[in-house]
Order: sequence, then C-alpha cells, then structure tokens
Amino acid sequence: MDTGRQQEAAAAGAQAREPLDIRDHGSVGDAYQTIGAPFVDDAKMSARHVNVYYGEKHAITDVSLDIGRNEVIAMIGPSGCGKSTFLRTLNRMNDIIPICRVEGQFYLDGEDIYSQDQDTVLLRARVGMVFQKPNPFPKSIYENVAYGPRIHGLAHNKAEMDEIVESSLRRAGLFEEVKDQLDKPGTGLSGGQQQRLCIARAIAVSPEVILMDEPCSALDPIATARIEELIDELKDNYTIAIVTHSMQQAARVSQRTAYFHLGKLIEVGDTKQIFTMPEHELTENYITGRFG
Amino acid sequence: MDTITVLLVLLALSVAGFFLGRRRSHAVAAGEGGARALHSLPKHYGYMAALWALLPALGLLVLWAVFESSILANVVIGELPDQVQQLPESERGLYFNQVVSYARGAIDAAQLDHVQVTAAEHYRQLLASSARFKALLVSLVAVVGGLLALRRIAPKLRARNHVENIFKWMLFACSFLAVLTTLGIVLSVLFEALRFFQKVPVSDFLFGLEWSPQMAIRPDQVAASGSFGFVPLLVGTLLISTVAMLIAVPVGLMSAIYLSEYATRRFRSVTKPVLEILAGVPTVVYGFFAALTVAPFIRELGESLGLTVASESALAAGLVMGIMIIPFVMSLSDDIINAVPDSMREASLGMGATMNETIRKVLLPAALPGIVGGVLLAVSRAIGETMIVVMAAGLSARLTINPLEAVTTITVQIVTLLVGDQEFDSPKTLAAFALGLVLFFVTLLLNVVALYVVRKYREQYE
Repeated sequence: MDTGRQQEAAAAGAQAREPLDIRDHGSVGDAYQTIGAPFVDDAKMSARHVNVYYGEKHAITDVSLDIGRNEVIAMIGPSGCGKSTFLRTLNRMNDIIPICRVEGQFYLDGEDIYSQDQDTVLLRARVGMVFQKPNPFPKSIYENVAYGPRIHGLAHNKAEMDEIVESSLRRAGLFEEVKDQLDKPGTGLSGGQQQRLCIARAIAVSPEVILMDEPCSALDPIATARIEELIDELKDNYTIAIVTHSMQQAARVSQRTAYFHLGKLIEVGDTKQIFTMPEHELTENYITGRFG
Repeated sequence: MDTITVLLVLLALSVAGFFLGRRRSHAVAAGEGGARALHSLPKHYGYMAALWALLPALGLLVLWAVFESSILANVVIGELPDQVQQLPESERGLYFNQVVSYARGAIDAAQLDHVQVTAAEHYRQLLASSARFKALLVSLVAVVGGLLALRRIAPKLRARNHVENIFKWMLFACSFLAVLTTLGIVLSVLFEALRFFQKVPVSDFLFGLEWSPQMAIRPDQVAASGSFGFVPLLVGTLLISTVAMLIAVPVGLMSAIYLSEYATRRFRSVTKPVLEILAGVPTVVYGFFAALTVAPFIRELGESLGLTVASESALAAGLVMGIMIIPFVMSLSDDIINAVPDSMREASLGMGATMNETIRKVLLPAALPGIVGGVLLAVSRAIGETMIVVMAAGLSARLTINPLEAVTTITVQIVTLLVGDQEFDSPKTLAAFALGLVLFFVTLLLNVVALYVVRKYREQYE
C-alpha cells in the first residue's frame, strides 16, 4: 500500500508544478538541527526542547525557538505541521485538551510558565490570543471588550471601563465604525469587523504578547489588509506571534519567519532571508509552492 | 375475501406494476436509442406504475372501511318494522346491536325476536356481498390505475419528478394526520367539557375555592354539595410542580454543567447512562417509593423537628417527582451546553477567565434559551405527572401552599373521577373533561412560551 502511494507520488512528481506529497519529503530524522537563527538576544518568550503529544501522536518534536521583544514572528508550514499547536503551548491553551501532553521549558521574561505555581489565569492575561475564526461572545460590542477587564478587575468604575473599551476599540481600528452601536450584538458585525473586535477584546486586558492563529483565514482581502495594517501598528507596543497559511501575509507583516514541517522546526530566520534565500530544501519547496 | 387478503392482492398488483413499468420503459426506450433516451431512470417509471396501482385503491379501501358499517346499519334499520323505527334513538341502537351480535355469532337466537333474526340474516348477506364487492372494486381500481400509468410511459415523461411529487404528498398526508389527531382529541375533550359547563357555570369552575365532586344521587342523601371549584387543584398542582422544579432544575443543570465541562470522558460515559436509567424507571415505581419510603421519612423528620407533617404530603410527592425529572433536565441542558461552540470556551479561557467565569458569563448566557426551553418542557411533564401524586400526595383538595400538607392535583382528580363505574352524564364525570381541557391549555401555554423563548434567542451565537 505504501509503495502504491509512493508510485502515485512519483507519477505525480513527474508532472511539472504538481504539488508533492509532503510525507515523502519530510524525511528529517528525529535528531535534527534547526537551520538559521532560532535564538535572539532580547527574547520576550523562549521555548526549549518542546515536545507535544496528542495521545499517541507526536505532534511537535524537539522545537526550540525564541520570540523577540516587540517583533512580529510568523509561523508557516503545511497543514498539520504543528505551528498552531506550538502557538497554543505559549499560553497553555493546550491545557484544556485532555489528551494533550506538553514537555519542554517555556519562559516569559525569564519566568517558567509551566511551573507548578504559575497561574494560567495570569499567564493568559499577559499572553492573549486571537483565533482563526472570529469568535465574539453573543453579547453587545461593549460587553465583548469589557469582558476581560471585568474578570481581571481592571476598571474600578464605569468611566474607567468606558475608557478601556474606547481605547481598545480605537487601537483595533474599529471604534469609528461602531461607536454608535456599542450596545448592538458583536455577532451582528461583518467578519472583518468581528475579527477586529476580537483583537480589541484581546488587547483590552493589556497583554504583553498576542498570539494570532490564522487570524485572516476567514476574511476577505480587504478585511485582511485592514488586519495586517493593524498588526503593523500593534507591534510597537506588543510582541506578536502569528500563524498563517498565506506566505504573502507572512512576508508582509513579520520580521522573522519560522518554517515548521511535520512537527519539526526546520528553519528560522529574518523574513526577507527566508523568502529570498531559504537554506533548507523543504523550506524552499514550501515557499515556491511545490507543496502546501 | 377479508381485508387482509385484499391488501395482499393490492401489494402484489403494485409490485407487478413496478416490474411492468420498468420493463415497459426499457421497451419504449429501445426504439429511441436505449435507456439514455429516457428522461428518468427505468426504476422511476416502475415506481410510478406501482404507486398509481397502489394509492387510489388503498384510498378506496380506507373509505370503504370507514363507511361500510354505518351504511349497512342504515340499510338494515330502514327495513325494520315501524314500531322499531319509532323507538327512541338509544333503544333502537340497542335493538340493532343485538342484530349485529347475532349476525356475528356472539349471541344465540333465544334472546332475539323473529324480526331481529330475519334482519340479522339480511345483515349477514349484505356483509358478505359488501366484502366481495369491495375486493372486486379495489382490485379493479388497482389494475386500472396501473394500466393508466403504464400507458403514459414514454421517453419524455418526467417520471422522477412525478414520483418525487407523490412522495411529497404522502409525507404531507402523514403530518396532516398528526395534526388531525390532535385536533380530534381537543375537540372531543372540548365537547364533553361544554356539556359540563351547561350544568356547572364556568365562573364556578374557574374561580370556586372548593372542590368536592361527590353528588347526592338520591334527594335524601346528605353526601356532598357537589362543588366544582378548580382553584384548589390548580394550587395543588403548582405547589407540587414547584417543589419538583426546585429539586430538578438546580441538580439537573449543575450535573449537566459538570458532565459537559469538567468530567473526564470516562466518568461521563459511566455517569450519563446511569442518570438516564432514572428516566427509564416507570413512574408507578417512583410512586410507591414516594408513598412508602419518602413520605414516612419526611413525616418522622418533621415530627422530630416539632412540625406537623401529613403522611401524604406535597413535599414527598414533589421531591420524588423532582428526582424523576432530574435526568430530563440534565440530558436536555447537557446537549445544549455541548452545542455552544468550543470557540466560545477558547475565547473566554484565552482571555484568562477561569472555568467558573467562563461557565457563568459565557456558556450559560449562550445556552440560556435552550435551557429555559428544556426547563419549561420539564414543567409540562411535572404538571402532567399523575402516578406519583396519586400515591404520595393524597386526594383531599385543600387550598394551601404549605408543602407539608396533603394536596391533590388536576391529574389525580381526573383519575379518581373516571375510575370505577360512572354515569357519563353526571357533572361529576364530565368534570374530568373540563379538568382535562384546563390541563391541556396550561401545558399548551407552557409549550408556546418555551417555543417562543427558544426561537427568540436561538440565533445568538453563530
């Protein structure tokens, strides 16, 4: 059966520009070396020797990576390569999946985030997340943004809360569009507006790091451009890690790019260098569109 | 031929219609370049012929079954002598029933007069010829229907659409039947209730504060006044339902939250079926559990605290009814909480909310419409529940809101009014229908409210 598949793949490979089967090109041994520069001097978050298992499945193999302060790092790679899983380990969102097991060391400003006395509540307030599909709560726009500040007790009265809501919506570039309908349900906005609302909700608790898991995959090109501008503006105040399927997007918004392949971190480097002079054959194959 | 045979013949004709129709479609297609020339697949032509053979004949059979007995009765009664014709309707019916019983062989001739025996013979003849005629006519209709369909088969005939249409109408007929049945039940209850209201004024029934349906049969009896005030029953029903819901809603809802949000898969796979067994216990078992275990326990507990507790108390019945409804509330709420998209949980947890905050501020509000709908359905069930209350809550219609006293409910009174030998024109018996009507309206109202709540808030997420 395997040989049959290989023959098929070989036949497919014979035709020019046909996508290759990644299973036949992922032959990186378990003891592999990440190419490029996974570590930086001024790291906001660091991950060392990360292994993640879903039950029996080994989803991430020995990944070590730094995320620099106030940088945008893009994580790219074919579907199922573990980039989203890695992102979710950074604020321990994988904790809520019962069969998921995480190994390795994670530091946020040098502090171990998987230690016994680390509170996930505080961690997630510092490391916020924006999801693939816009997921506003079925509440009003105001209540969506006020949700985080409220549970963390960031505002002491109505005026302070109004201030937080307005400034968060402003920074997410949504305030002008919704200022007259703050009491309308957040679910009634368009897809792009909903995603910006989710970003406003995430930044309302003043996180230090924002994780974005394919934030534009459900949006049209105009809404995508709007979010990309926003990411560019946000990077002055926040550290951002973004998972994306769009290589153009990675090239446009990020300073560093990490290429994942079948649970392994193959290559990391300056975005420009990754896209113009990739060193690893797999990276090159991926960014030239030979599989993905 | 009896009806079963006719039905079998009909089915055989219909199956034959299918094969003939399919073959004929092949035949007509052969002249025009094979099966590709046909508008529909050959089997659709077969279905069409089969349905044309089956449905009209089946309709005729049903009509025949509905009207046969009344037509025959009219014919036979019409031939009876004048003095029988002039009997009052009820006596004439009795007289004719004897004829029918004799014709069926249920009684012997010694109980009948000469006229009845003759009529019975005639009736038997009519029945036999009706059966023969029925078999013949139904088969004829089936054959003609099938042939008509076969004749119409041509490459251009849109048999697929035709068959789809027939199925659509059959489905419509089935749903219409359910509506008609409901309507029939409501009307029959309504008409009996109207008879009751001719004898007892509506205002006495709706606003009367005393319920004692025993009526004096003879003038010299001092039995009871026969007062039909329905308020004590309503209060009793609501009291017991309230106790039940106070148990069932918190316990059911919270176990649903635990099962859907906290429990491990293993715990859930054991616990949920066990809790659902509760729903499978017959209510009569709950009834004697309430009457023999819970009620004495509550009485003793109350006495040790210095309270007077009736041995059949609303509290005991309500408690056990609540336990009965727990799996109902739990199962519905669990489904609804599970239906809230995971993205909501992730969004909230990703903000640094705790599980508890996520449940209270995101999941429950999002699931609220469904939960309210489920709770209202559970209330309908509590109000309609009979067996537990019959056994555990007593029969005395006391107007009280003290759950330690014995009360009675609408359903219990319906049961007691209709159990045993009854005369069907006394207000006492007819009162059961009035109570049924009220019960119907109360549960209908609750269902409407439940539907409204669910529909109004349904689109909140996604």
